[in-house]
Amino acid sequence: MTNSSLISMTVREALRDAMEEEMRHDETVFLMGEEVAEYNGAYKVSQGLLDVFGSKRVVDTPITEAGFSGLGVGAAFGGLRPIVEFMTFNFSMQAIDHIINSAAKTLYMSGGQMGCPIVFRGPNGAASRVGAQHSHCFASWYAHCPGLKVISPYSAGDAKALLKAAIRDPNPVVFLENELLYGQQFDDVSQDPEFTLPIGKALIRRKGKDVTLTAFSIMVGKALKAADILAEQGIDAEVIDLRTLRPLDVETVVRSVMKTNRIVSIEESWPFAGIGSEMAALMMEHAFDYLDAPLVRVTGADVPMPYAANLEHLALPQVESIIEAVKTVCYR
Amino acid sequence: MPHLISQDEALKAYREMLLIRRFEERAAQLYGMGLIAGFCHLYIGQEAIVVGIQSILKPQDTVITAYRDHGHMLAAGMDPKGVMAELTGRSTGYSKGKGGSMHMFSREKNFFGGHGIVGAQVPIGTGLAFAHKYKEDGGVCITSLGDGATNQGQVYESYNMASLWKLPIVYIIENNHYGMGTPVERSSAGSNYYGRGQGWDIPGEKVDGMEYLKVQEAANHAVDHARSGKGPYILEMDTYRYRGHSMSDPAKYRSKEEVEGVKEKRDPLAHFKMYMTKTLKIPEGPIKIIEDEVKTIVAEAVEFSKTSPEPDVAELYTDVLKEEISFA
Repeated sequence: MTNSSLISMTVREALRDAMEEEMRHDETVFLMGEEVAEYNGAYKVSQGLLDVFGSKRVVDTPITEAGFSGLGVGAAFGGLRPIVEFMTFNFSMQAIDHIINSAAKTLYMSGGQMGCPIVFRGPNGAASRVGAQHSHCFASWYAHCPGLKVISPYSAGDAKALLKAAIRDPNPVVFLENELLYGQQFDDVSQDPEFTLPIGKALIRRKGKDVTLTAFSIMVGKALKAADILAEQGIDAEVIDLRTLRPLDVETVVRSVMKTNRIVSIEESWPFAGIGSEMAALMMEHAFDYLDAPLVRVTGADVPMPYAANLEHLALPQVESIIEAVKTVCYR
Repeated sequence: MPHLISQDEALKAYREMLLIRRFEERAAQLYGMGLIAGFCHLYIGQEAIVVGIQSILKPQDTVITAYRDHGHMLAAGMDPKGVMAELTGRSTGYSKGKGGSMHMFSREKNFFGGHGIVGAQVPIGTGLAFAHKYKEDGGVCITSLGDGATNQGQVYESYNMASLWKLPIVYIIENNHYGMGTPVERSSAGSNYYGRGQGWDIPGEKVDGMEYLKVQEAANHAVDHARSGKGPYILEMDTYRYRGHSMSDPAKYRSKEEVEGVKEKRDPLAHFKMYMTKTLKIPEGPIKIIEDEVKTIVAEAVEFSKTSPEPDVAELYTDVLKEEISFA
C-alpha cells in the first residue's frame, strides 16, 4: 500500500472513484439501487458509472428496498459482489431483515460455508431540514450485530480507501456516508488504485494531551473545530476519528485515554444504547484506572428529528455542546 | 395419461421419495427422544415435489427454500448423515451444529438454504437467478415458498424484478393448505396462488404436487421457459403435510378424517409404487431392495447423528466473519 501523490477532491467524487476502480478491478462487482444509473445517483455519487460499465453492472432498481436488498444477498451467495445503494439509510429499515438475518448471520449458520461479500452503502443520519423519517443515524443499530462490519468515514481519502476495502472484503459491510459531507473537499485522496485502508483502524486526526474526543463521520469535523477553540482556551484535545464502528478500534482509544485520562464521545444519534454508551462501557472495562472523570456523551437529542430550523439545530450536537462537555470532564 | 419413464428412473425417484419419508419419520422419533430440539418442520406428504423437480435440473441450477427443508436437501443429493447430524446439533452436521433444522447449506450441491424467515428466501432466490444471468452460466434458480409465505410483500417485489429483468427463476409454491395453523381460506383473499404473477406477466399453473410425474412434467416446461430467457414461471403445487407445522404443533385445526383421507387417496409414495408395479411392470424384488437400502441409509444416519461429537467449544466464536478479527 503506497500512498504517494495525494490529491484533492470531494467525498462524492472519492466514493465514485472507489466504485469505478473496484468495478474495473473485479467484474463480479456491480452497483444497484434506486436512481443509480440513468439519473446518475440521487446524490450523484454514481455519476457517469452507467456510461462506463453499462446497464448490466449499474442497475436501476424499482423502489423496493426489501426486494433488492434480498436480491443483492442472493447475488452475493451466487458468486457476485454487489454494492447496494440505499438512497438514504433511513430506507434500509425496510430491508434490515436481509442485512442482518440473511447477510450477517448466514456465514455462522452455515458453519462457515456461505459468506456474503456485499456492501450496503448510502447517506446516513441527518441532512438538513428533512424531518424525522429522513434524519436517522443507524450507526449503533448495525454496529450491534455480529457478522457485519460497519464503516463511517469522514474525509474523502478515507471514504475512497475504506469503500475499496469494503468492496474487497468477503463479509457484508454497512458503509454509512453523510449527505452533508458529499460536497466537502479534502486533499487526502490517493490516486493509487491499489491503495486501501484496513477496516477496523481508527485515526488520530489531532494529537493532544488533555482530553480524548471520539467521533465519526460528520461529527469529526465538529470535534476538530471544537478542539481548535479549546486550544485557544488552554485545553489540548486529542481527536480520534473512529472510521470503523465494528470492529471498533478500542486499542487506539484506550491508549489515548491512558495519556489524557479524560474522554468525550460524540455522535449525532440518540443517547440510549448508542455508540457513546458502548464507549462508556468499554472505558469501564479497559481504562477504568486511567480515568480522572466519568465519560461524557455528546449525542443528538432523544427525540425524533424536528423540522423547524431552530429545533433541528438544538437536536444535533454542535461545536458548543462539545466544548461544554470537554469542560465538564476537565472540571473547568 | 401419465407419461412413461424408464424403470431405472422410476426406481431412483421412488428411492429418493422413500428416503425423505423414512428420514423424516426417524427425525420425528429422535425429536421425541430429545435428541433433536427447537424447531423441526417435517416434509412428510410433500416428497413428490422436490424429487420431481430435482429430476430435471442441471448441475449448475440452484435451489433455495424456507424452513421445511430436509426433503429439499436430501433430494438435492446432500448426505443424510450430515443432515441428521445437524438436526442433533453435532459437529459433523452440514453447519457444524451451528445452524440446526432450518439452516443448512451445501455449495457443492447448489443448495442455498434453509432460511427461517418466512418469505425472505424469495428475493434471495431471485438474486441467485440474477447471478445466473449475470454470469451467463445457463443456470436456473428454483425458489420454493409455502402458501403461508405468499402474503409477504417481498414475494411480489421479487416477482416484479424477476419479470422486469427476465431472470431465470421458477417459483414453486408448495401449497399444503395451512400456514402453520391457519388454512388458506382464512389467510388469502383469492387462493389461486399460481395466478398471482399475472400482474407482472408471469405465467403460472397449478399442479398436483402429490404426483411425481405431474410435478416432473410441469417442472420441465417451467424450467425450460426460465432457461430460455423468457423470465420467471410460477408453479403452485397442490400438496399436503401429514404432520403438524412443526414437531411442537399437534395440528388440532384440522380433522383426523381430512388427514387420513389424503393419506389414503393421494399419498405420493403409494401412488407412485402403484405406477411402478402396474404400469411399468416393475417386480417386487428391486422395489424391496430399495426399501431395505433406504432403511439402512437412514439407520446409519441416525447412528452417525447420535455418536458424532458436539461442536468443540472453540466453535462458538468461529465463522462470524470470513477472517479472524483480533479485538483489543
